[in-house]
Amino acid sequence: MVPIAYYLLLSALLFVLGIVGFLIKRNLITVFMSIELMLNGVNLSFVAFAHMWGDVRGQIFVFFVMVVAAAEAAVGLAIIIAVFRSRKTLAVDSIDLMKL
Amino acid sequence: MTNSLHLWLIPLLPLAGFALNGIVGRKLSKSAVSAIALLASFASFAVVANAAFAFKSLTLPYLEKCPTPWIAVGDFHADFAFSLDSLTLTMLLVVTGVGFLIHLYSVGYMEHEEGYWRFFAYMNLFLFFMTVLVLAENFILMFVGWEGVGLASYLLIGFYFRKDSASDAGKKAFIVNRIGDFGFLIAMFLVVQHFGSLSFSVVATQLAAQPAWQGGVLTLIALALVLGAAGKSAQIPLYVWLPDAMEGPTPVSALIHAATMVTAGIYMIVRTHTIFDRSPAALSVVAVIGASTALFAATIGLVQHDIKRVLAYSTVSQLGYMFLACGVGAYSAAIFHLVTHAFFKALLFLAAGSVIHALGGEQDLRKMGGLRKKIPVTFWTMTAGVLAIAGIFPFAGFFSKDAILYAALQRGPIGPALYGMGLLTALLTSFYMFRLWYKAFFGESRTPDAHPHESPWTILLPLSVLAILSLCGGWIGIGRFGAWLGASAGNTVGSATGSDTLEIGLSVVAVAVALLGWFIADRIYRVKKKDESGFEQRLPIGYKLLESKYFVDEGYQAMFVTPLLVFSRYGLGLLIEKGLIGGTAKVLSGAANFSGAILRTLQSGNLRSYAGWLTAGAVLLLLAVLHVQLHSFLLQLH
Repeated sequence: MVPIAYYLLLSALLFVLGIVGFLIKRNLITVFMSIELMLNGVNLSFVAFAHMWGDVRGQIFVFFVMVVAAAEAAVGLAIIIAVFRSRKTLAVDSIDLMKL
Repeated sequence: MTNSLHLWLIPLLPLAGFALNGIVGRKLSKSAVSAIALLASFASFAVVANAAFAFKSLTLPYLEKCPTPWIAVGDFHADFAFSLDSLTLTMLLVVTGVGFLIHLYSVGYMEHEEGYWRFFAYMNLFLFFMTVLVLAENFILMFVGWEGVGLASYLLIGFYFRKDSASDAGKKAFIVNRIGDFGFLIAMFLVVQHFGSLSFSVVATQLAAQPAWQGGVLTLIALALVLGAAGKSAQIPLYVWLPDAMEGPTPVSALIHAATMVTAGIYMIVRTHTIFDRSPAALSVVAVIGASTALFAATIGLVQHDIKRVLAYSTVSQLGYMFLACGVGAYSAAIFHLVTHAFFKALLFLAAGSVIHALGGEQDLRKMGGLRKKIPVTFWTMTAGVLAIAGIFPFAGFFSKDAILYAALQRGPIGPALYGMGLLTALLTSFYMFRLWYKAFFGESRTPDAHPHESPWTILLPLSVLAILSLCGGWIGIGRFGAWLGASAGNTVGSATGSDTLEIGLSVVAVAVALLGWFIADRIYRVKKKDESGFEQRLPIGYKLLESKYFVDEGYQAMFVTPLLVFSRYGLGLLIEKGLIGGTAKVLSGAANFSGAILRTLQSGNLRSYAGWLTAGAVLLLLAVLHVQLHSFLLQLH
């Protein structure tokens, strides 16, 4: 049986990759994918703990996260398409209208 | 009593007139505005007249009150209650009767004025408050009217608000009156404290139940009331506002500052005379104030050049007579003089207004003259007023003034002094009134380019009615008048020491003095055709003193106004307001601005910088949690 620490390490790795991608990538779609990566990193630790404690609630939570992520993907991609149509670009740095 | 007299209509009709003219008057034609105002005041007079006819069959005290209480706090309560007795009825007849006549006069006088509707709205507002004041059955409702007439007076004095002097005079009147109101308020507080009620009838009943209660707190209440009355009725030391109030239109001077509002103080003293009767000290104060004011104002009136100012000082002086009468306990004589004074002083002001109107706005006596032939109706009505105020037999002023002097003489040890001051005032009054008469109507015209014209009938009709009243108003006689008022005003004239012979003797003296005043004025102003320059040369200091009104205004300015101004401008304004309040606000707003300027840089609109902050925040939180956990872990180890 694989010890819990390995799962957690992998989960943390995924999460940090997601953060780094979110911070340094300029393309909006890549940023979006980084968010998914973070979510899945978290999912992994949920499942690992659920397995460790033999408690099904962690797994149910993961389902919820997946459902929300799917919905978010649908809405988010729609927004990205709309942004691209109006601005002809997906570079994050040039989408900065929402400032004082 | 079978039918209600509907007393509540008396104030409400003018209020309706005020509301109509005040709200839509601007859009109405002048005739519509005057119709509303005249109708309102006349209808009010009609209700009063109806009450007067029904008065004989009334069971007194007649009371009308609003079914729901106005103020109810614990045991204390006050109602919207109107009461009617002979005193109220007399005042109401004067207020609404003279009020209506002056409204009628104003239609002619104000014809060419801007803000015609505003004028009539204010006049009706004044009638509303004045009738409330007179009808009120308790102190606090009277106070409502009291403040209200002050407001109306302020608005009307400052009617020509574009003129600085007019708006200043309005402010002065209001502020000086506020000083008096302070006294009235203190008196009310004391009454509530010691009687538990503000109703006049409750106070009177409680006093009647305790015949041994003299002086003490009653003196205090009475003196506070005197302060209030001195403010409203322009007595020393608060008389200074009345001469300045002449900045208002002349009908206003006649109605508010001669016939009705300024007599509110006398009315108030008579209304609360049960309190005054228990305090000989306060009564003496009233008598001394009255006599000194009468004499003091009369001397100033001798040398004034503005026709309205002469009349204003004369009003102050006559109000002093009424105060004197109150102070010697001759309340019915005070009200008698109030009524006759309302007739002849309203007449004099209206006639003066007619003169001013004829000369196209000229008020300086030095520029008048020879008007007798040009405006005969005004001349004859003015003559009636002058004869009445001078106290020539058998005109109105003679009877009432005589009654006051007669009562004053019998007032204990200070009686003869009071009588002497009153008599001297009568001499001066007669002199300055005939001086005005000669200067305005006799001799040569001093403005040859002016073309005086007689006024329209709306002006002449009220003049004639008032002239008849001034001539005949005194024939009621103080005896009958006293009996009529006796129930509500008391009758404490010491008839024990008096006698008919004494009274007739005093009358002869009074008439002789009045004739002497006339004779002197005649010698100087008609026969020798002189002016005041002789007086000025012989007694330069005295003349200067009188002409500048004893420098009282300047004294008040230096003593009260300037220190207050300095204190408010520099003490309160600069130190407290700008320094403390403004400083605090500046520091607070500066801090908000500064922190805002820093925090604003965070909102750059750049998505990745937001994400960076988010991450940094999360990392910080995580570190904090870790730190706490590590700490407790180490604690467990120990």
